[in-house]
Amino acid sequence: MDKPSPNRVKHSMTRRELVQIGGAALGVAGVGSLVHISLAQRASRSSPPGRMAMLIDLRKCFGCQACSVACKSENGVLLGNFRTWVGQSYKGKYPRVRRHFLPRMCNHCEKPACVKVCPVGASYKRADGTVLIDKNICIGCRYCMSACPYGVRSFAWKRLPDQEVAYPSQTLGVVDKCDLCVHRLDKGLVPSCVNTCPAGARVVGNLNDPDSEISRIMADQPVQTLAPELGTQPNVYYIGLDQDAAEASLESGVRMIPAQATNVTDRLGSE
Amino acid sequence: MRETNAEKEFAYEFPTAAGIRYRVAIGILGVLVLAGLVAWINQLIFGLGETGMKNSVNWGIYMTNFVFFIGISHAGTLISAVLRLLNAEWRRPITRVAEAITVFALLLGGFQLVLDSGRPLRLVNVFVLGRLQSPLLWDLASVSVYFASACFYLLLPLIPDLGALRNQPGLTQLQKKTYAALSSGWNNSSRQQQRLKRVIGIMAILIIPIMVSVHSVVSWIFGLTVRYMWHSSIFGPYFVVGAIFSGVAAVVLSVAVMRRTMRLEAHLTALHFNKLGALLLVMACLWFYFTLAEYLTTGYGGMTAELAVLKMKLSGEFALAFWAMILCMASAFVLLLLRKKSVIGMTTAASALIVVGMWLERFTIIVPTLTKPLEEGYNFGLYRPTLTEWVISSGSLAGFALLLMVFARFFPIISLWEIQEAKDPTRESNIGCTAPLISGAGELVETNV
Repeated sequence: MDKPSPNRVKHSMTRRELVQIGGAALGVAGVGSLVHISLAQRASRSSPPGRMAMLIDLRKCFGCQACSVACKSENGVLLGNFRTWVGQSYKGKYPRVRRHFLPRMCNHCEKPACVKVCPVGASYKRADGTVLIDKNICIGCRYCMSACPYGVRSFAWKRLPDQEVAYPSQTLGVVDKCDLCVHRLDKGLVPSCVNTCPAGARVVGNLNDPDSEISRIMADQPVQTLAPELGTQPNVYYIGLDQDAAEASLESGVRMIPAQATNVTDRLGSE
Repeated sequence: MRETNAEKEFAYEFPTAAGIRYRVAIGILGVLVLAGLVAWINQLIFGLGETGMKNSVNWGIYMTNFVFFIGISHAGTLISAVLRLLNAEWRRPITRVAEAITVFALLLGGFQLVLDSGRPLRLVNVFVLGRLQSPLLWDLASVSVYFASACFYLLLPLIPDLGALRNQPGLTQLQKKTYAALSSGWNNSSRQQQRLKRVIGIMAILIIPIMVSVHSVVSWIFGLTVRYMWHSSIFGPYFVVGAIFSGVAAVVLSVAVMRRTMRLEAHLTALHFNKLGALLLVMACLWFYFTLAEYLTTGYGGMTAELAVLKMKLSGEFALAFWAMILCMASAFVLLLLRKKSVIGMTTAASALIVVGMWLERFTIIVPTLTKPLEEGYNFGLYRPTLTEWVISSGSLAGFALLLMVFARFFPIISLWEIQEAKDPTRESNIGCTAPLISGAGELVETNV
């Protein structure tokens, strides 16, 4: 008769204790995994400080799309997606007509709209200024794509098993974009598009280093960025950006077939 | 004479068996839900490429459904909490429906985010790695708080009813056990009654700011970006008004269906439709005012990029959806104005139009802006929802209706004790903070002529 009553008391105690211990264990596990993941992130996300930027001289670009091809083969960018491409438009009427080219890519903004809205920190800015995506934690909500005013982000809409084997980062259901070829930058190489450009129109470098090539050119050349009024402070600069031609080629998007390029004159005339 | 009549009518027939029509309806809805599940599994296997979404228009009708369902969920709080606080006696028979709609709409609304995610399993990351600066996280926080409070707020007024029901004959063992557990030892003592009313009163006050926060934060998912015709400070109140508008309309629709199918004509009378119609009329005026303010500002200001989006809606690719929305709302407004001719029929018809119109409103807010980006990326072209999306969406809607029907089958869909309270002349609980909630002559009794 003595045994049941302490047992009963103990029983109600253990239930409370169980909840307490369980709650504590959950809490510890939660905090632990948080710390673990954030430490792991910090390790993989570190880089020497800097401000990596790209300068594209539009006077030199002749729209060969070699950069688009080099980028796709370097990074295994999925079918239908691009990390960089050359937008096209033409201005004037025959015989006074001129084709304009506008290479497009992620602007690696100083104040990136995509990083601000990402709910899990999958989009982040590294200390060297590059804006990157951690594809291991991206939940595929595509808020960054909606928030990016430059429309340079793409999504792995379809499952392509072969591609995933060759390029593990090109996995289903996550967002993709230009990472300035950080795997090459970290080894002291230039990005694949810069490497391949036959006109030498693309220059990459650290703006915090006054002796870098990009800093020297930008010191004595007028440069422009896309949509500076949005306050994103892009780090992709252009030389010779024609506002009308830019807007027209922005409208046309990825249209690599010349017949589909937008005519600036038509566009201006229609308004 | 009236009193006895009302008392006799009060005997709400709690369904102890399902009729054939109920079973057929459940069967049809079940098939739709199953079809949606199959389409979803297909989408999980093959990726979001099964939808019509693309790199430019990366949010489609799942996001539309999300905003729409969360909007519908505002019904419960408005009708139940606000009308409770305003001491509107006529609310009594419709509070339960409204509260149930809130919970189920939130469930289905939240599920749309799972559908829309490229990596649904990784949604756990939001809890582990969540960053407070993302409006999506604010959204998750406010929606989950709202869901928890809505569940609690549905359960609280259920307690006395379940306490009364648990001993009713003809219940299955499971029903008895569930009712007994959920009624949490209710013995109908005056002490318990007072406490319950006090808690309901407190919850009614607490849940209103939560409700306002929920749809404000939903609107800020869009409003806080620098995308054209999204970046608008009016979005918070505009979305909240639209949410309440569609939510009340959803309640009217549900009440109309239940009235006919569950033989509740004695409880859900023309009075309720008239009052809800008046409420809808007020919300319609607010909605038109906000819509005008939003579109006039954009159109008159005439910033090039904003104008491009506006043109798509007024005369371009989205003109059909936009003008269909305006037509729905305008005809609903006229129906509501003239509702005296046939209160129940016209208010119900207007509500159906409002629900469709609000879905179109969410669609024409989300998709055109994405279709016309400031800087054209790639995959340019119009978004056309695919069969997968339509099947999953109809499955979601069917799931919502199914949950509501099952709830109505197993729980009293009309708050029995609150009606009884209104008809009881010797109400004793005009005490404490809940006094304004229950005092006053029962308007319901008055108009039961």
